[in-house]
Amino acid sequence: MSAWPLYSLLRGIRTTRWPRQEETAPGVSPGRPQPSADASGAVVGRCPTAALMRIANGVAVDFARCVHCQRCLHGEDALPWSRDFAWTAHAPEGRSSLGRRFRRSLHVRYIDAGACGGCMGEVRLIDAPPYNLHRFGIFITATPRDADVLLVGGPVTEAMRMPLRKAYEAMPEPKRVVAMGVCAINGGVFGKSFASAGGVAEVVPVDFVIPGCPPPPLAIIHALLAVTGRAQTHASEQQP
Amino acid sequence: MSGRAELLDLLAANARPDVGVGGAHGALRAEVTPKAVPDLAAKLIEHGCQFATLVVEPARADGGFTLRYFFYAANDATLIEITAAIAPGSSALAIADRVHAADWHEREAEDLYGIRFEGHPFLGDFVLHDTVWPEDVAPMRRVFDPHRRVAESGLGTAWRPRRILDEAGAIAFPVGPIWGDYHEAGLWLLETPGEQIRQAQSRLFYKYRGVEKIAESQTPDHCVLLAERFSGNSAFAHASAYCRALERIAGCSVPARARALRAVFAELERMRYHAAAIAELAGSTALAVGKSMGQEIEERLLRLTGEVCRHRYLFGVCAPGGLAWQPDNAALRRLRTGVTDAARELVGLERLLAHSSSCLDRIEEMGTLTPELAQSYGVVGPVARASGQKLDLRLALPYGAYADTPVEVPLEVEGDGYARLRVWFAEIRSSAAMIESLLLDLPDGAITEACPPTEGVALAWVEAPAGAAFHWLRLDGDGRIARWRIGPPGFRNWHAFHRALKGAAFQDFPIILASFGLSVAENDR
Repeated sequence: MSAWPLYSLLRGIRTTRWPRQEETAPGVSPGRPQPSADASGAVVGRCPTAALMRIANGVAVDFARCVHCQRCLHGEDALPWSRDFAWTAHAPEGRSSLGRRFRRSLHVRYIDAGACGGCMGEVRLIDAPPYNLHRFGIFITATPRDADVLLVGGPVTEAMRMPLRKAYEAMPEPKRVVAMGVCAINGGVFGKSFASAGGVAEVVPVDFVIPGCPPPPLAIIHALLAVTGRAQTHASEQQP
Repeated sequence: MSGRAELLDLLAANARPDVGVGGAHGALRAEVTPKAVPDLAAKLIEHGCQFATLVVEPARADGGFTLRYFFYAANDATLIEITAAIAPGSSALAIADRVHAADWHEREAEDLYGIRFEGHPFLGDFVLHDTVWPEDVAPMRRVFDPHRRVAESGLGTAWRPRRILDEAGAIAFPVGPIWGDYHEAGLWLLETPGEQIRQAQSRLFYKYRGVEKIAESQTPDHCVLLAERFSGNSAFAHASAYCRALERIAGCSVPARARALRAVFAELERMRYHAAAIAELAGSTALAVGKSMGQEIEERLLRLTGEVCRHRYLFGVCAPGGLAWQPDNAALRRLRTGVTDAARELVGLERLLAHSSSCLDRIEEMGTLTPELAQSYGVVGPVARASGQKLDLRLALPYGAYADTPVEVPLEVEGDGYARLRVWFAEIRSSAAMIESLLLDLPDGAITEACPPTEGVALAWVEAPAGAAFHWLRLDGDGRIARWRIGPPGFRNWHAFHRALKGAAFQDFPIILASFGLSVAENDR
């Protein structure tokens, strides 16, 4: 005997109202440092990934390098941090959004190309009740042959180069690739090495990137909306 | 089972007479000839010791190696280190045929260093897949340049799965490396004559990022980032083990407040890790509502972590010498009530799952790892504790705040999927209770102590959410990383995973996989 449907109904709707309303619940996003005209520049030296840059009028941030290590969040000369998550940026030379035809039905294939548990955990939550990807008409598919979008996490390890390329080639046109997380953008802390390609763009063309380490579920959903032109992209490097 | 004195006798009887046995920091050390290793290792296992990890260190000058085998005696908190020097060009003797838990460690060392292990039944294609990497590459040797790409897809030799089943119509059904919805990359070959899995093989290391190699000659501060990010869902466990290794080298002692908070965050991570595993298991048995409820609790714990620690996966919290910043008391109070609420919801979910026949039918007497197999493979963590092995480093080798905090360790003996599920729930309950009592009795004071990197070597360990994790570290004269060895829990548990598949039906594979709750990223490094 099973009363699961009843338990489900009794719980009511638990899904965020974003993007109709702002989502401000604490802990939804790790946030990220903001460019600042006030910072003296001493904080730049604490950044282990060169995401912070001293420029003429303050400190600029390259979000494609920021891994949320928090070293500029605490201590003296700390930078202000945002709590946002609409982080998706257009990749250099990336193709445009897929457009109206995909607004009600977009199929996504996720590929783990060396992602750590962080990106794995966050991507598994995008279709969980708090976020519910399906309300946008976006679906996860098991095969690249049905996919419009390839969502790739990880720095692309040596053994995953070939499977990634094969998956990309198996997709029908038109198709788009989203690199998810700093590792997928440029290798992140793993960099470019004998074992890591140093980003998805080294293996297949990338159209959109999601900065973050890891990007929270709403940042991933924001990217998928941006792929169909339903959300704005933002520059991944910002100055005060 | 043995006492410390008996172990000392055993080591002294086997050690090279000119070196002998040393015993600083509660550890027993012995340097032996390579020939003596297999016998001694087998005797230690007979005495009830557990194999911890194998550390290989290339000698500075010549082409030789130092092999360090770590064991521990769980019943009297003793760590044992056996060292053997391998001369240039000569081979080591395998212990894998006597100590099965060391099997993958030796395969890995053979693959990454090019050390031959005589008597090992199965070497070759392991970390470096033959289809991708040229045959003679040994990336962990000192001369190897980590920045240069040597592999080129298709350059290596052809690889065919090892087939054991010889029957008309039998196939080896491949699952992976890209499969399912959000599964991690790995290949599982299921051999079957039709419906039943007769034997299976896991092929991992599709996610090998060479963490231990790219860390070489980096600063210890920078490698905290790597320690957190090679396995993000147990980031705090690995970061704190790595930091403990640094602290042991520097001889610095972590302030009491930081010690207690490290235990709080480690238990918080364990709760979230297990909640995610429970959601996956419910989902694999097609219990959509159960999965949703598990995910909601997981998300609640993630948000709570994000609120208190500013990062959902606890990145940037642990630092050498303590914690990176002083959390404020109001946030810690919210953490305490939030954890209690989440634990209460999980108890509710446990009751629902325990009365749900569609879930129980698929996990009871399914994916069984017998206590005998669990012992021989040396599995760790919840997988071990569901198969009758009462192993937990928080008890066996108490560290940090666990030295004076009672730890309740659940034990089940059936070894099936349901036993593992019960262990997860029991651990969540005990973690929540531990967080509550640690926060109620939280010492005041400093959060960090100076921990300047100096030359030295140390082993540190934690009970990560998936089980025992060992971090061995050597810093050179400049205070940079000379060698970092991560012995993750997955390395033990994935080794045994395929044994639990024997006899299962095809559709049981994802369920058994979910019931182990293992991370590929943590194993592959």
